[in-house]
Amino acid sequence: MKDRLATVLLTLIAVIIIAILFGLLGFILKNGAAKLNWHFLTSPPDLLNPGGGIGPQLFNSFYLLFLTMAIALPIGLGAGIYMAEYAPDNKFTQFIRLSIEVLSSLPSIVVGLFGLLVFVNLTGWGYSIIAGAFALTVFNLPLLVRITEDAIRSVPRDQKEASYALGVTKWKTITTVILPAAIPGIITGAILASGRVFGEAAALLFTAGMSSPDLVYSNFDLNSPTSPLNVFRPAESLAVHIWKVNTEGLVPDARAVADGSAAVLVIAVLIFNIGARWFGRWLYRRMTSASAS
Amino acid sequence: MNETILHDTIISTDDLCVYYGDKLAVKNINMEIQRNAVTAFIGPSGCGKSTFLRCINRMNDLIPGCRVTGKIEIDGLDINQKQIRMEGLRQMIGMVFQRPNPFFKSIFENIAYAPRFHGTKKKADLEVIVEQSLRKAALWDEVKDRLHESALALSGGQQQRLCIARAIAMEPSILLLDEPASALDPISTAKIEDLILELKEEYTIVIVTHNMHQAARISDETAFFLMGELIEKDITSNIFTAPGNKKTEEYISGRFG
Repeated sequence: MKDRLATVLLTLIAVIIIAILFGLLGFILKNGAAKLNWHFLTSPPDLLNPGGGIGPQLFNSFYLLFLTMAIALPIGLGAGIYMAEYAPDNKFTQFIRLSIEVLSSLPSIVVGLFGLLVFVNLTGWGYSIIAGAFALTVFNLPLLVRITEDAIRSVPRDQKEASYALGVTKWKTITTVILPAAIPGIITGAILASGRVFGEAAALLFTAGMSSPDLVYSNFDLNSPTSPLNVFRPAESLAVHIWKVNTEGLVPDARAVADGSAAVLVIAVLIFNIGARWFGRWLYRRMTSASAS
Repeated sequence: MNETILHDTIISTDDLCVYYGDKLAVKNINMEIQRNAVTAFIGPSGCGKSTFLRCINRMNDLIPGCRVTGKIEIDGLDINQKQIRMEGLRQMIGMVFQRPNPFFKSIFENIAYAPRFHGTKKKADLEVIVEQSLRKAALWDEVKDRLHESALALSGGQQQRLCIARAIAMEPSILLLDEPASALDPISTAKIEDLILELKEEYTIVIVTHNMHQAARISDETAFFLMGELIEKDITSNIFTAPGNKKTEEYISGRFG
């Protein structure tokens, strides 16, 4: 009797979780569906009249993601390799592990304020993409370190032994045997982390800023404030835009813009998540099965 | 035939002990292993035979808390000295493990891996090495048309012969085989055994095995280990027909182990 009750209860909890997820997704997508058109996705926002889009914000989000990963991946990879292969089992390593855990549990608004102090004011960059990318790096690094470490640890031990037994040095073994075997796991994890970066708002409010200049996509002058690629210009991301429109939007269709942006954001994060799983499986099959060449 | 090969020592140990932490796993081994012969290590699980084998190419260095004392010489060179270059030592000594462990790479890359690291960079040279190694490992005919496919697509027996080919590709003088057939079916095992008999023309082979029939079939000399000690080592036919020690006799007649 108790056993049946537990089964029913646990199943119910699982169903509730799924229901919450699908309820939320359905609600967001249904409300935003009206705005999902090419014009909304590409045109700049309008501060006073209805009909503005989210073009620059969408671009900023992807550009921020790219810059963040360009900074965070090498550091995360290096730290993960160190933790998995080099760190001795001692107090110092435990201290590093503790530091990483604390860093990963910092509220993102705190990371944002830290970013304001260091990357915006101390460096003199002002509100800029690069300051936002560094703040997101701080926010994201612990996750990337853990992903890399886990992926490397899950490479079978006998691969390492085989390489050592052939007289190959440790570093060469890491770069030619262990990392290639760990890459599917690292990439899957990095894409999942990208979903988090893409949806992050709090850490960006005071770093990348809450406005975006009118971008001229044909402008490749990296010093020009209207060049999309200029890393020292302010750049409101999509998630920040949702927050801003909801709190201080003046346009009559502010609600619709927020709904539409939310739908775009959710779809993007979904694509990252599903894409990560699919890509990870594909890569793993490719690297282990007969079709690899 | 045995008499002629038994007086050319390549590996010799002097009071070799291995500790795991405080535990003494291998006790005071004094042994001489002959060149171009097959030496089999037999004994029950946990008797120290694999641990002793792994001293020969210093694979025990990888185990935290493992300590080796005493002397082990290869061609008169003490390999436990600090200044020994591990890359050079392990190039001279190939090793094959209990479970086949090909790299997650193509068949070609599995074999070219070590020679490339040890200095052979030209593609043409590597192609020659890959073919020769696969031929020696009796695998060439089975894989020559799919060298660039993943090694993981091979059967277990093929994978193990690939691992032997991978070790041979470094041109070692010694091959250490740690229960190389214990995870394989009887047909694959027979192929590995045939291969070992062919390879001993060129290499000194040391094989750890659980299978006493296997030791009897392929080895020139057999060493019996028990509880970390070397009980006796002799010409294989002597060990199996007239062992000098009562414990050896009990073990090979199946009374324990």
